[in-house]
Amino acid sequence: MSAQAKQENYLNAKHTVASWLFSLDHKRIALLYLLTILLFFVLGGIAAMLFRVELLTPGPAVMESETYNRLFTMHGITMIFFFLIPSIPAVLGNFLLPIMLGAKDLAFPRLNLASWYVFTFGGLLGLGAIIFGGVDTGWTFYTPYSSTYANSQVILAALGIFIAGFASIMTGLNFIVTIHKMRAPGLTWFRLPLFVWSHYATSIIIILGTPVVAITILLVAIERIFEVGIFDPALGGDPVLFQHLFWFYSHPAVYIMILPGMGVISEIIACFSRKRIFGYPVVALSSLAIAILGFFVWGHHMFVSSQSMYAGMIFSILSFLVAIPSAIKVFNWVATMYGGSVKLDTPMLYALGFLGLFIIGGLTGLFLATMAVNVHVHDTYFVVAHFHYVMVGGMVMAFFGGLHFWWPKITGKLFPELLGRITVVIIFIGFNLTFFPQFIVGYLGMPRRYHIYPEEFQFLHVLSTAGASVLAIGYMLMAVYLLYSLVLGPKASRNPWKAAGLEWTTPSPPPTHNFSEPPVVKFEAYAYDEEEVYQDDAEPGDKGHG
Amino acid sequence: MKMPLAFLPEQASTLARDVDMLYLFLIGVSMFFTILIGGLIIYFVIRYRRRSDADRPAPLHGNKLLEVVWTTIPLVLVMIMFFWGAAVFYKQFRPPADAMEILVTGKQWMWKMQHPSGRSEINDLHVPLGRPVKLTMTSEDVIHSFYIPAFRAKMDVVPGRYTSLWFEPTKEGSFHLFCAEYCGAEHSLMKGWVHVLPEDEYEEWARGEDPDLAELTPVEAGERLFTELGCLACHNPASGTMGPDMTGLYMSNVELDDGRTVVADEEYIRQSILEPMAKVTKGYQPIMPTYRGQLDETQLMQIIAYIRSLGTE
Repeated sequence: MSAQAKQENYLNAKHTVASWLFSLDHKRIALLYLLTILLFFVLGGIAAMLFRVELLTPGPAVMESETYNRLFTMHGITMIFFFLIPSIPAVLGNFLLPIMLGAKDLAFPRLNLASWYVFTFGGLLGLGAIIFGGVDTGWTFYTPYSSTYANSQVILAALGIFIAGFASIMTGLNFIVTIHKMRAPGLTWFRLPLFVWSHYATSIIIILGTPVVAITILLVAIERIFEVGIFDPALGGDPVLFQHLFWFYSHPAVYIMILPGMGVISEIIACFSRKRIFGYPVVALSSLAIAILGFFVWGHHMFVSSQSMYAGMIFSILSFLVAIPSAIKVFNWVATMYGGSVKLDTPMLYALGFLGLFIIGGLTGLFLATMAVNVHVHDTYFVVAHFHYVMVGGMVMAFFGGLHFWWPKITGKLFPELLGRITVVIIFIGFNLTFFPQFIVGYLGMPRRYHIYPEEFQFLHVLSTAGASVLAIGYMLMAVYLLYSLVLGPKASRNPWKAAGLEWTTPSPPPTHNFSEPPVVKFEAYAYDEEEVYQDDAEPGDKGHG
Repeated sequence: MKMPLAFLPEQASTLARDVDMLYLFLIGVSMFFTILIGGLIIYFVIRYRRRSDADRPAPLHGNKLLEVVWTTIPLVLVMIMFFWGAAVFYKQFRPPADAMEILVTGKQWMWKMQHPSGRSEINDLHVPLGRPVKLTMTSEDVIHSFYIPAFRAKMDVVPGRYTSLWFEPTKEGSFHLFCAEYCGAEHSLMKGWVHVLPEDEYEEWARGEDPDLAELTPVEAGERLFTELGCLACHNPASGTMGPDMTGLYMSNVELDDGRTVVADEEYIRQSILEPMAKVTKGYQPIMPTYRGQLDETQLMQIIAYIRSLGTE
């Protein structure tokens, strides 16, 4: 009897489809989210591959301009709204936050399940927009093109994004309440893992920002359907107003996407350096600083939009200031490795990859905050390269790093370590080959969203497409070995990385209620100098292994 | 397939070099930090690898001095970037007073330019070498963006308002002109060439191939429209006080019937033609009909050019 009870976990507790679709368990909901967003990741990736092939030649090769425009829009919308924004929070955050806090679940399990349904419904509308002809406005929906001129499924896509936004808000609200009210005894704010801090900051941005983009998108739909003049000057509206409203959310949304990634990186670097994160309180508070400052920099997307020059200067100086907390984080991560005991397992390789790419992404952000340079590179491939370094080089590396780090905990299985390491290297090389040439072609003057381009830019585009192919091979290799691990992988122990943190004190995979008895926290999150914290073989309850 | 020979585009305007200097400074700072941090990461990974028995310093959980230093140095550097960037931007944003004005209208998917001589062209822009040129731009439909990489010059072209862009070409030749703001199906075909000619060749070009067929200058065209549309019936001191006199209107302060005072700039004049009820001059009846739908953006700019030619206060 007791042996069987020991083996029961959240995965094998029940097997019916309904037990998944109506589960209130944050861990199962996290997996529902994982499957959903991976579907969108694949869709967005296919779109990218198709237009990368098209861009091999300067003239039209395999598609018309209309198709090309629909593909880059589909890529942007699916990747940003249906993959990146929910990626770490709704999957890893959902799975880990309650366990890291020593709680049984999130504060509102039903709201959590509802958020997945809302998100999926929004996603289906987005899919509908693609199936019924696509959208050709770019993910930025600039007016009056989107509200009056575009001849595509703008309303369906806008509605999808509007609805998916509510899922974000529900998740953010749930996280904030959970972090405030459900910490285990002894788990003070400054003992929290930085993963929790970064999710706290992210949730604040989500709650404050998402309603603004929801309203903005709704206004576009209202102008489109009822011809009420809001953004179109022909109807008496103001097209630049849209950009202010849109970037008021969409710039902070960059931090919604990157902050949870930074949280993952803190966990990984601490574990594989066997060290407390250097300057922990500074790193924790810098997440909040980014969340707050991030709301005051939206105008740096608009230096040449006809915004006043002096407004531009204020947005520029504030944009430089928001770079400082990010720089501090990078320095602290590097300092954490000083004097550590560094092991280059797969998750750590992802974290180092993140550092390398995020440094380049961050530094090129300074180029864009510099107004005179921005005038030249705005709306060119330089910008494309910059935000892919931050979003893909940063967030996607962090997401897969986190997925590998917690894979044994989530699935109870180990993945083939050597293949994991090889894959990181392939992804890192493929990524740089794809996006580094885009900095150069951008400064040379190649505008973004160009189907047909001057011949002299072809060589750099060919490099980029070659890189994208390498990147795709990397991702596919990962899919293969992770599926293999899921079915045939060796069973994972409770704490295979010997990491500190509450999630490693419970079995892999965790039982439905996370802990057999409510944990009492005696140490901070990164107590790598307290050996009893990170033992592996001991099952919870076996106290003898200290 | 051509190989790119440089990583900087051609420098063909007075400001191109300023922008590139700043760009190279940014690259320098970035390379320094990338190499510094990358080097430290590699060094730490090797020296403190798990199997190494290198001496490990006592656990260090934080260091105030270090944190202050690596907050202050980046702060100073980004402030240098800000002020330097803002100084060049200030120059990019403010055309010299003596700049030659060319009118530009963007529409899906072409650029239309009209020169002071009256000559118009589509998707090509001829400009004189060594003379500041100011483009006054608007759009007939969606937002476009006028971008000449060789001049490091770009400005959005927005429906319903005027934006301007200026440059002083320093090199003869033909340079790319792109639309940089996504504007629909043929966005990537909304491009052309900027041709920089020596001053005398430009003057010759601007007169047109056949002087007898010379087009009206923007001011002349505006004057003709002003007459043909019957504006003079009211806006003429000789015919009474139905509408305000246009002489000396441009850039003057206009008192409105709701008590506000506005400056009669291009935007104001344009709005008064399209939405006469929006800003009614004090002392006049709101009787002017709208001309929305009767004038395209080029014609509007011509009328404004004519009103401007009637002098400033």
